[in-house]
Amino acid sequence: MSQAVAHRVIILGAQSAIAEAAARLFAAEGAQLVLAGRDLGRLNEIGDDLRVRGAAAVNAMELDLVAERSPIARLAEADEALGGASVILIAFGVLGDEERAETDAGEARRIIDGNFTSAAVWALAAANLLERRRAGVLMAIGSVAGDRGRASNAVYGAAKAGLAALMQGIAHRLAGTGARALVIKPGTVDTPMTAAFDKGPLWSKPEAIARVIWRAADRGGPVLYAPRWWRYLMWIVRAMPAPIMHRTRL
Amino acid sequence: MTQFGRPVPFAAWGRIERGAYPMARPRFAGDLPGLFSAKERPGHVLGVGLGRSYGDSCLNNGGGLIAMDGLDRLIEIDKPGLVLRAQAGLSIGKALEALTQRGLTLPVLPGTRFATLGGAVANDVHGKNHALAGTFGRWVRRIGLVRSDGRTLSLAPGDAEGLFAATIGGLGLTGLIAWVEVGLNALDSDDVEIEDIPFETLADYYALMADHAGKAHRVAWIDCTHPGRGIFTHGTPARDEPGARHKTPPGPRFSVPFDGPGFLLNRFSLSLFNKLYRSLKARDGLRRMHYARFHFPLDSIGGWNRLYGGRGFRQYQCAVPKAVAREAVMEILNAVKKAGDGAFLAVLKEFGPLESPGLLSFPLEGSTLALDFRNRGQKTLALLETLDRIVLNAGGRIYPAKDGRVSAQTFQEMYPQWRALEALRDPAIRSDFWARATGMAR
Ligand SMILES: Cc1cc2nc3c(=O)[nH]c(=O)nc-3n(C[C@H](O)[C@H](O)[C@H](O)COP(=O)(O)OP(=O)(O)OC[C@H]3O[C@@H](n4cnc5c(N)ncnc54)[C@H](O)[C@@H]3O)c2cc1C
Ligand SMILES: NC(=O)c1ccc[n+]([C@@H]2O[C@H](COP(=O)([O-])OP(=O)(O)OC[C@H]3O[C@@H](n4cnc5c(N)ncnc54)[C@H](OP(=O)(O)O)[C@@H]3O)[C@@H](O)[C@H]2O)c1
Repeated sequence: MSQAVAHRVIILGAQSAIAEAAARLFAAEGAQLVLAGRDLGRLNEIGDDLRVRGAAAVNAMELDLVAERSPIARLAEADEALGGASVILIAFGVLGDEERAETDAGEARRIIDGNFTSAAVWALAAANLLERRRAGVLMAIGSVAGDRGRASNAVYGAAKAGLAALMQGIAHRLAGTGARALVIKPGTVDTPMTAAFDKGPLWSKPEAIARVIWRAADRGGPVLYAPRWWRYLMWIVRAMPAPIMHRTRL
Repeated sequence: MTQFGRPVPFAAWGRIERGAYPMARPRFAGDLPGLFSAKERPGHVLGVGLGRSYGDSCLNNGGGLIAMDGLDRLIEIDKPGLVLRAQAGLSIGKALEALTQRGLTLPVLPGTRFATLGGAVANDVHGKNHALAGTFGRWVRRIGLVRSDGRTLSLAPGDAEGLFAATIGGLGLTGLIAWVEVGLNALDSDDVEIEDIPFETLADYYALMADHAGKAHRVAWIDCTHPGRGIFTHGTPARDEPGARHKTPPGPRFSVPFDGPGFLLNRFSLSLFNKLYRSLKARDGLRRMHYARFHFPLDSIGGWNRLYGGRGFRQYQCAVPKAVAREAVMEILNAVKKAGDGAFLAVLKEFGPLESPGLLSFPLEGSTLALDFRNRGQKTLALLETLDRIVLNAGGRIYPAKDGRVSAQTFQEMYPQWRALEALRDPAIRSDFWARATGMAR
């Protein structure tokens, strides 16, 4: 691992298993980090480990990232603590209960807010910050679920699709400014979010997604699948004619 | 996950004992107390690491498992003070990656890097340097333990309840081990300077052990097809120029993707394997190798336990007191040869006199022999019972970390102090091993 200058990283949703694995890679090269999440105790538990692994500085910010009313001000505080972030990672998300969301508007709204509306507001705030600075990378974790609507996660997938479209748009807007934006689309990953699922050969460890995130800090985008082979799998899934798709129970 | 979900498959390393268990996988220390009070708690529970125990000490039929490997954070490395504090789900291998780049190492290493610190405490593991370093438990300074009565304890040696001593070698029964603080050694190089020396008789083995008594690591591989024959290896941490480059440990060279057909490992392949192994290993003179290759040779084949096929295999490890060790080891090797299904891997080491603080620690001063047997059902069980009798007669004992079948009577004769551990067992915790070995009712 060799990156010229250690990064200054803001992680929104730092308690996520994928985000923590990524934070370890940044820490190992001496990065400074701001960890935002909704439980200070957990953030400190993560932060202690990152310091031992080599992080030059770790600050925790206790925030409900979905309910937060002043993302611009909060982001500015985090940015200031780092003396200017070089990476902003939006990692939080909620899987929700798809079946319930089919009949319960509150659950549907919770999934959309938790994955799209709130993430979008943070993304726009971050984009403005990096655009003004003409440097830095904004990344959001989308999902392959956003590539094609499927019965088992239509609402979650739609919210992630919205986030991906927004990130693509921001990448377009930032093109040529020196700042970058991209969306990371993981496949299925063994984390607390998916604890209730049976795991098969298509499953990845959070570390595999973390490596894609870590590399993206220096190059690549605007749409990165993680691991990379999901790009090809999703070609097939997207190309599958509806009459065939509708016969499956995916 | 801070909840017990649907049953998840989990197998002990020998793959005979296995099942599906409602499993929780906490990621944060604060989640632990809640697991005991969880509404959906499936009766008794058991904290487990990476399942590198061979038998049923890491299984819990009719109850639930708490997979501790999500608690894998470093808390502190104090280089001048030579102390590591880390969460109990951190593996030995990951701990070493963080330590060796700072010129530090764990003083006691088991034969796999995939054991967790919690597992190293719960089985009070030993390395190839027992004579000089004793067990892992000797180096443990504090243990974070979470009990089902809601207490979160920070245990130090000599605590009033005796929980520190009971937790070391306590088979996970005294509570959930949340974190471990352990003393370290300074390390000059990532390499070990080793030498392999073939020998023809057990007398030669003991002479070689004595000749190299000052060497840090000493171990022998035994050819079960010719009892007494083997290769003795000694190793000493190498010295490097100051500032030498730290090498990341080599990963597995290849993995076993599916179960091998059990018949591959028969008496003929066994004999061939032993001949080959002997000729490959018996190289002359001192050479250097990375610590991971030296300490964790089997880890270089991912999933090697699948080679034994779908029926799995058993490991038998015993320790016999010094005064009678030579005779007892020979008797065991002869019994194995007579049974006609020798072990592929047979490892012989010496335990020194250093006492462990653990209540139920396995090592005792003398020799320790570990043998792998493919599972031939009743035949294998009968052979192991024969070996039990030899070990009992010699005043020795077997290693619970490797066991999935010892009778309650035999176990209790070997470990008369088991009642003291039972008295300190957390009432919400149980394992299949403990239920069997103590005759405990479900
Ligand atoms: C190839 C190989 C070589 C080995 N070589 C050696 C050796 O040289 N010396 C040696 O001593 N052993 C050796 N072992 C055995 C191994 O070191 C032990 O079985 C060790 O305990 C495995 O650790 P684990 O994390 O996989 O624990 P598991 O096997 O999952 O569990 C072991 C025990 O620890 C308890 N436990 C684990 N974590 C916790 C926790 N956080 N809280 C409470 N209880 C817990 C479990 O309840 C169980 O009783 C070897 C094993 C293998 C596979
Ligand atoms: N796992 C997969 O298969 C998979 C696949 C594709 C995409 N993803 C995406 O990857 C990202 C990370 O998820 P993960 O897999 O690492 O699962 P995870 O560990 O469960 O992470 C999700 C995180 O989001 C946080 N969060 C949710 N709502 C929040 C709020 N209101 N305020 C602050 N934090 C909040 C959670 O915080 P708490 O710890 O406080 O609950 C949790 O840490 C998510 O965006 C997810 O959608 C995951």
